[in-house]
Amino acid sequence: MTSRINWFKYSSPSTFYPLAGRLAPWFFVAAALFTVAGIYVGFFVAPTDAQQGEAYRIIFIHVASAWLSMFLYIIMAFWAGVGLAFNTRLSSMMASAVAPTGALMTFIALWTGALWGKPMWGAWWVWDARLTSELILLFLYLGFLSLQAAIDDPRRADKAGAVIALVGVVNVPIIYFSVKWWNTLHQGASVSLTRSPSMAATMLIGMLLMALGFWMYSIAATLLRARCIILERERHSEWIGQLRESRQ
Amino acid sequence: MSAPGMLDTVRCVAGRDLLAALRRRADVVTTLIFFVIVASLFPLGVGPETAVLRMMGPGVVWVAALLASMLALGRLFAGDYVDGTLEQLTLAPQPLSMLVLAKVAAHWLATGLPLVVVAPLLGFQFDLGTDALLILLASLLLGTPTLSLIGAIGAALTLGLRGGGALLSLLVLPLYVPVLIFGAGAVEAGAAGLGAAAHLSLLGALLLVALVFAPWATAVALRIAVE
Repeated sequence: MTSRINWFKYSSPSTFYPLAGRLAPWFFVAAALFTVAGIYVGFFVAPTDAQQGEAYRIIFIHVASAWLSMFLYIIMAFWAGVGLAFNTRLSSMMASAVAPTGALMTFIALWTGALWGKPMWGAWWVWDARLTSELILLFLYLGFLSLQAAIDDPRRADKAGAVIALVGVVNVPIIYFSVKWWNTLHQGASVSLTRSPSMAATMLIGMLLMALGFWMYSIAATLLRARCIILERERHSEWIGQLRESRQ
Repeated sequence: MSAPGMLDTVRCVAGRDLLAALRRRADVVTTLIFFVIVASLFPLGVGPETAVLRMMGPGVVWVAALLASMLALGRLFAGDYVDGTLEQLTLAPQPLSMLVLAKVAAHWLATGLPLVVVAPLLGFQFDLGTDALLILLASLLLGTPTLSLIGAIGAALTLGLRGGGALLSLLVLPLYVPVLIFGAGAVEAGAAGLGAAAHLSLLGALLLVALVFAPWATAVALRIAVE
């Protein structure tokens, strides 16, 4: 029995390439809209925090990037794992395409955290469980990227990267729960699904808008990077030759 | 002729690696000297204040042990990779993960165990008390096999790559962090009167988890490297 929908239509680089090209601009537009709206809400609508004053407003960038740093690692490990298990080329390409954005988000989260920490804790950096585990996450991203960069054969690079990505995935729950498990300087989670949020509704809306904006940006950047990787790896294939001819 | 049993093969692989390590004692000794020198640099760097040294002693010994065991990782599969033995091991009817476990066990006996044995000497340099020394020994005994197991994954992934050494440290050191935290933490908790049992239990748990998953991940990585 054949299914009416071909679920795997876009799992081939030749069909995914034009799709990614069509989708990426829309995600960039959505990213710009959400981010502008989020910054407007964050800076002009959300009230000043009772304890932390105006300095808390960096939360709108900090939390969104910290969320994505963890989500993107899981997504990267997922695609890398799929690529390793089913030997699908596009999955491994997606994993390689997600990694630089994930590393960027981790770096932004650490950087904005330092900027927030200075006025609040009086120090740019403290050796707190969450900060340390986020720093390790950055090292894991860098390890994945350098391992792939060091291997010339793309097939081996994909598979070796998948192993290290999957081994490193242990760290993500440790970061996420570190503020619960250890009573640390870093404040607990501001947003939870199970209880009412510990912040004003406008702050929450601003944060969610920024998170959506960061999501859209990450998707758009990943799609563009995936297109570049596809072009690079499939440059000897027939359909890329046809693509080049149709452009001329 | 029937294939030898799994345990025989495991014993054979481990025995062969141990014999090779015995024949090339210089490698083991170099790692040990590195361990001692790194730990001895710290008092020279931060000054010989006994109180300060006693406080950072466990951490310094642990960091030095971690670096020394990482330094030795390059030898774990490199020789077998170059002379083709590794390819034969992947073709063996016995599960590759068990053969990996045998190699890692031999590697730990040849490089990890000597570190544990020398560690009390360094502990005296840092003026640690008898209790602290015993906890340090126990934590190293539980922790260094985990380091070898985790490191084997990195060693397998970087086989035959250019810049292998620096890359290996970038891959492996982040994964070593929990072992370091609980290992050095055990001694500190013991010194603070909190009891080291919790930290030692966590180290034991890490060892068990690594025993189950690391040989398997290493086997996958080895197959990627030799294919």
